[in-house]
Amino acid sequence: MVAIPSRHKSLVLLAGVIVLQVLLLAVQIKRDSEGRLIRVWTVGAVSPFERAGSNGFGWIRNTWRHYFALQNTTRENEQIRRENDALKLQIAQLQGKAAEADRLAVLLNFRQSHGEVPMIAARVIGAGAGTASLTIQLDRGERDGIRKNMGVITPDGVVGKVVEAYPNASQVLLLTDKESGVGAMLADSRIQSPIGGQGEPLLVMKYVPNDDTVNLGERVITSGMDRIFPRDLPVGTVAEIKPGNPFKQIRVKPAANLERLEEVLVLPSLRPLAVKSEQNPATAQPSGPGAANPSSAAKQR
Amino acid sequence: MNGAFDIRGESHIEVHKFRVGAIIIATLMALVIQTWTPVHFSKAALLDLPLLVTIYFGLSRRNPSTGLLLGMAIGLAQDSLSGPTVPLGLYGIAKTIIGYLASSLGARLDTEHPAARCALTFAFFVAHQGLIVVTRRILLAQPEPWFNMHLIVAALVNALVAVFLFLLLDRLRKN
Repeated sequence: MVAIPSRHKSLVLLAGVIVLQVLLLAVQIKRDSEGRLIRVWTVGAVSPFERAGSNGFGWIRNTWRHYFALQNTTRENEQIRRENDALKLQIAQLQGKAAEADRLAVLLNFRQSHGEVPMIAARVIGAGAGTASLTIQLDRGERDGIRKNMGVITPDGVVGKVVEAYPNASQVLLLTDKESGVGAMLADSRIQSPIGGQGEPLLVMKYVPNDDTVNLGERVITSGMDRIFPRDLPVGTVAEIKPGNPFKQIRVKPAANLERLEEVLVLPSLRPLAVKSEQNPATAQPSGPGAANPSSAAKQR
Repeated sequence: MNGAFDIRGESHIEVHKFRVGAIIIATLMALVIQTWTPVHFSKAALLDLPLLVTIYFGLSRRNPSTGLLLGMAIGLAQDSLSGPTVPLGLYGIAKTIIGYLASSLGARLDTEHPAARCALTFAFFVAHQGLIVVTRRILLAQPEPWFNMHLIVAALVNALVAVFLFLLLDRLRKN
């Protein structure tokens, strides 16, 4: 036996022998899922220090960033705020462009579905200067083929007619204006009557006798009698019916959103359009003999 | 030496010498008996003769270094004889520490009295089992109960056997 007299040496020897045997244990044991136990122990022994080091470094870094490295924060904050404002503006512009693209897509789809009918697409660039008349101004004029008294529509329905055509612009009298009028008829009963504005959001259908039956929500379409609009274009729906003397007082809600017009179509000719309506498909089917086949009706004219 | 735990200075403790090869032979005998008797007497598995030998020579030699080295050698040998399910070092670590503790205590306490030997053996046996459980649970991740009645009974049996075994081993001393 090797005699080690020093008690201190014996403690060291004890520690060394224990460590050796622990390592011996580790070399022997292999876990199926984790590999050699010595590796598990090594990782287990080292990882707390790594974690502590990482946490300590993270703490120091955060302390530096949050408390000492704030010199440029105000400047960066202002810059970020400016960028944020610019991005908000850009988003608003993009949203507007997206909405415009949607509207133009609807217009394009409408035009493509009526490819045989000539139409001039125009953008609304202004409105009437006063309240005396309800007009809008288009960015297309005589040079684009627009003439006075041409009909103006949207895919939703009738908008009005061109009252003035300038070389590069034109003016449209909206359907709701007091001076405006269009030949119309009730889609179900085929009762014809001119319809016009009163300077209010709702239109008035004149000259419908009290004896005739008119239903609320009934569609009103163009009759083609005014020689401005082709027949069967949607004008609006019956919103209010009152008995009058000698005619009913019928108020009609315009089919087109006349208060928010941005793009419109100008009709250079009276060729009929087969307008599809999603409001009431059942009633959208023309019941009159002349309306059964618009193309044939046009030929008859 | 009437007091079992009579604390003395190290200068008053007698370091016993053994005949040549006595420690090796006693160790080998303990290992052989330990592996042989349970085959015929299942109750003999309660005994841990290598541990008793470790405790005896540790208490007698009273040198921590030799005690821990002897404990390590006996423990590793026991590990080697315990089959592949027992990794080398399980008993080795436990007996190394027990050898160190026994030799350290033997240098300070009178361990010649049978009662002292019985009490110390009981304590060392419990500590030995505790070390094994710690090694299994912490180092080997093997579930092992801490203490139970079986441990107490085994500790008592080993402590009683140690009294007689140590008397036999005393005959191996030179003086």
